[in-house]
Amino acid sequence: MDHLSSYLVLSAILFSLGLYTVVTRRNAVAILMGVELILNAANINFVAFSKFVTHNLDGHLMSVFIIMLAAAEAAVALAIVLNLYNDRGHINVDEANALKQ
Amino acid sequence: MIKLALFILFLPLFSFVFQIFSFRRFEEKKGEWVSVGIQFVTLILSLVMLGMMLSKSDPNFSIELHQSWLDLGIFKIDLGVYIDNITVIMLVVVALISSLVHLYSTAYMAGDVRFSRYFGFLGIFTFSMNGIVLANSLFMIYIFWELVGLSSYLLIGHWWEKDSAANASKKAFITNRVGDIGMFTGMLIIATVLGTFNFQLIGERIHDGMWAANAGMLFGGIDPHKLLTVAGVLVFMGAVGKSAQFPLHVWLPDAMEGPTPVSALIHAATMVAAGVYLVVRIFPFLTADAMATIAFIGGLTAIYAATIAITQNDIKKVLAYSTVSQLGYMIMALGTGAYVAGFFHLVTHAMFKGALFLASGSVIHAMHHSLHHLNDHDTDPQDMRNMGGLRSKMPITFGVFMVTTAAISGIPLFSGFLSKDAILAGTWTYAANVHDGWLANLHLAWILPVFGFGAAAITAFYMFRLIFMTFYGEAKQPQIFKHIKESPNVMTIPLIVLAILSLFFVFTLPSVNPISDHGWFTTVVQSPESAVTTGPAFDLEHFEHGMHEAHVPAMVTSLLVAGLGILLSVLVYLLNKISAEKLAAKLGALYRGSYNKWYMDEFYINGIIRPFLKGCNAIGRFDLDFYDHYLINGWGRNTKRTSKGVGMADDLIVDGAVNFAGIIFQWLGWTLKFIQTGKIQNYLIFVLIGAALLYVVNVF
Amino acid sequence: MADFIFWVIWALIVASAALVAFGNNLIHSVFALMGTFLGVAGIYIFLNADFLAVTQIVVYVGGILVLLVFGIMLTNQISTAQISQSSVQKGLGLVVVLGVATIILTAVLPHDWVGSTLPMEFADTVTGIGNLLFTDYLILFEIASVLLLGALIGAATLARKEL
Repeated sequence: MDHLSSYLVLSAILFSLGLYTVVTRRNAVAILMGVELILNAANINFVAFSKFVTHNLDGHLMSVFIIMLAAAEAAVALAIVLNLYNDRGHINVDEANALKQ
Repeated sequence: MIKLALFILFLPLFSFVFQIFSFRRFEEKKGEWVSVGIQFVTLILSLVMLGMMLSKSDPNFSIELHQSWLDLGIFKIDLGVYIDNITVIMLVVVALISSLVHLYSTAYMAGDVRFSRYFGFLGIFTFSMNGIVLANSLFMIYIFWELVGLSSYLLIGHWWEKDSAANASKKAFITNRVGDIGMFTGMLIIATVLGTFNFQLIGERIHDGMWAANAGMLFGGIDPHKLLTVAGVLVFMGAVGKSAQFPLHVWLPDAMEGPTPVSALIHAATMVAAGVYLVVRIFPFLTADAMATIAFIGGLTAIYAATIAITQNDIKKVLAYSTVSQLGYMIMALGTGAYVAGFFHLVTHAMFKGALFLASGSVIHAMHHSLHHLNDHDTDPQDMRNMGGLRSKMPITFGVFMVTTAAISGIPLFSGFLSKDAILAGTWTYAANVHDGWLANLHLAWILPVFGFGAAAITAFYMFRLIFMTFYGEAKQPQIFKHIKESPNVMTIPLIVLAILSLFFVFTLPSVNPISDHGWFTTVVQSPESAVTTGPAFDLEHFEHGMHEAHVPAMVTSLLVAGLGILLSVLVYLLNKISAEKLAAKLGALYRGSYNKWYMDEFYINGIIRPFLKGCNAIGRFDLDFYDHYLINGWGRNTKRTSKGVGMADDLIVDGAVNFAGIIFQWLGWTLKFIQTGKIQNYLIFVLIGAALLYVVNVF
Repeated sequence: MADFIFWVIWALIVASAALVAFGNNLIHSVFALMGTFLGVAGIYIFLNADFLAVTQIVVYVGGILVLLVFGIMLTNQISTAQISQSSVQKGLGLVVVLGVATIILTAVLPHDWVGSTLPMEFADTVTGIGNLLFTDYLILFEIASVLLLGALIGAATLARKEL
């Protein structure tokens, strides 16, 4: 707990798991959950560096803004998901491939 | 006691909520009695408070409860209630008039289209008025100040289908806004210098020299004493608006478009007295100059409005101008330092003016029903020229009118005599003794007693004119007269109660001396110490002494002038010894001026509103003609020309290059479209692979 | 003791995040996500970030998680609490993600970030964060407020039936 590396490893694992979720899940809400994991990983890094390396509160500030952003993102993303559901009757991302045309 | 006060404050709000949200369902089931009941409960509670206060009989009694509302570090705003003897008396006045008006309205407003809304608005008005009374800080007063303004607006515009009512409500609201701007500025000045809105703290801090220490520094080296004068006068501007003082009095006569009980409650007894109450609260911080200003405005209003009241024919307009005039009295009293007299007059005036309005409502009600009976919708039920001789038909209303007119005219044995007398003695003392303030410096102090006694004479004259025109003589419209009936009991009982409260002994118990105001009232209400330490302040001790000496001469003079007014009125309107028309013709311009309210409304329209609109139009035209036409559109035209040239070059050179690039990318797209799956997660994988490749290339 | 708790939280985060990533039941995933969020809040406490720990719980657990549950409930015809979920391109995804993880760890771990300085033990971060928010980060703060407003309006507009 007094070593930066333990936090960095944790954050790397969290990031990877989040990334995996985002890459593989079909359900849009599950993808959102992955995004939250990634953001949390970033937050842990910011705060850990602010304690062990920079010794000031800038990292905390960044985390505050990230949390704020995550909230905004979740709200907007869910609105999109609901729209998608209204439109298609499901929220499977791999079938939402209108970009192809 | 605090708990009682909070009950008194919030019960009427409950009445509002009940009436607005659920009354429709109870309309048939006499739902208005819930509101009436609530009002009477608050009346009982406030009477309990009055009893507690009288059993203490301590002039310095006060309790305060406050709660932090907004805390911005160095700047805090507390809200809370402050209760002293004045608060308790005001609570009783508000609860009493409000409950009587509620009772009265059940009959007066019966069958109205917006019956439930009406009672709801009465509730929110009573709530906000109690809020003003209980406020412990300028800020809280300001909140409730705007709330009473709102409820006044809503109630004046109760019959908004009529244009005149809708306009009157807007006029009242906007005119009040002018005063409130001043009040707000004044409040902010005080709060900036002293860091608080709380009355007690303001007093303490001014007394401890914080004003003198901070004001100059914060406001660019201004003399602190001058700044305090400015702040005081600015806060007083709020009172000018709300209490309809010159020159912002124009809204009050128009406000008579509202239902008559509303006029009694809001525009005679309580809300307009809020301005006076505000001056009572800020009294300790007023400098000599500010007090001189206040006294002068009050005195001017008193005589000015009285002269208008002489010539009005609408029964409510006469009473409205009389209210303005009496409010001027109170303000003048406070300005001259006759603190107790001013507040005393507020209370007595609330009783007898409330009664006068309700009695006039009774007359209008009877007229209205008679006209309704005759199917006559054109005759004005409020015009005194259509009345006359009503004495025999409406004996109770007439009796109440007589008692309360005697009270307002300052006839001994009635409450108005005591309070008015104290005010006149106050102005006399001020004129004789004062040497601070600009009025004294200009040697104009004697103008105040002249205003005061003049207004007293005129008041007696026009009030008896009203009585004689309405109740004496022959019926001017026999048709209408035949169907006039006395109003029902729920309307006459409030009248009788208020008439009894206009008798002198109500305010002087336990002593019963018709020419001395000594009694419980003067025991519990005593003038506060002035907190002003900078510059020459008002010498209160000296003043108290002078009041005693001026008492007798002032009383004799006031009786004389009142008698004179009554005598003239009797000669003109009762015995017809002097013809009113001839008098009017002889006085010519004066009569026309008074009849047209000294052209104040015309002055506002032509002097302020029209030029303002003209200015706006001119600016608008400048905007359209010059700015839009030459600058914006001209710029546009030039741009268009330039663009054409550039466009031609564009077509040839740039487009050629772009098309070439396009061809390349078309080919690229055709080849790469096979990895284009449309699935966002595939893309993400590609991105990750790309990023990983970049890293690998960079490192190795 | 503190060490032990730290590693327990560490393990909790990894385990619950793994459940989020690999679990078959969407509802289980959401609850596992709550475990992750709470664990991260615990990590913040070990990092002396008291304000962030509280914010994490309030915003993530109290807000975002509830939103996600709403999202699931509103987009599935729910008859049981079993909402299965499937994944795509598992193999490719696993390979690429493991690659990325390897790159991150190899890039970050060998570097000596700390040197000889001791970790900073913040006593109270709220005052500091408040001061920074209204001084150095004021513009960012204002932009954030505009962004939130935009997100609010955007979400409200998007969620309406007729777009």
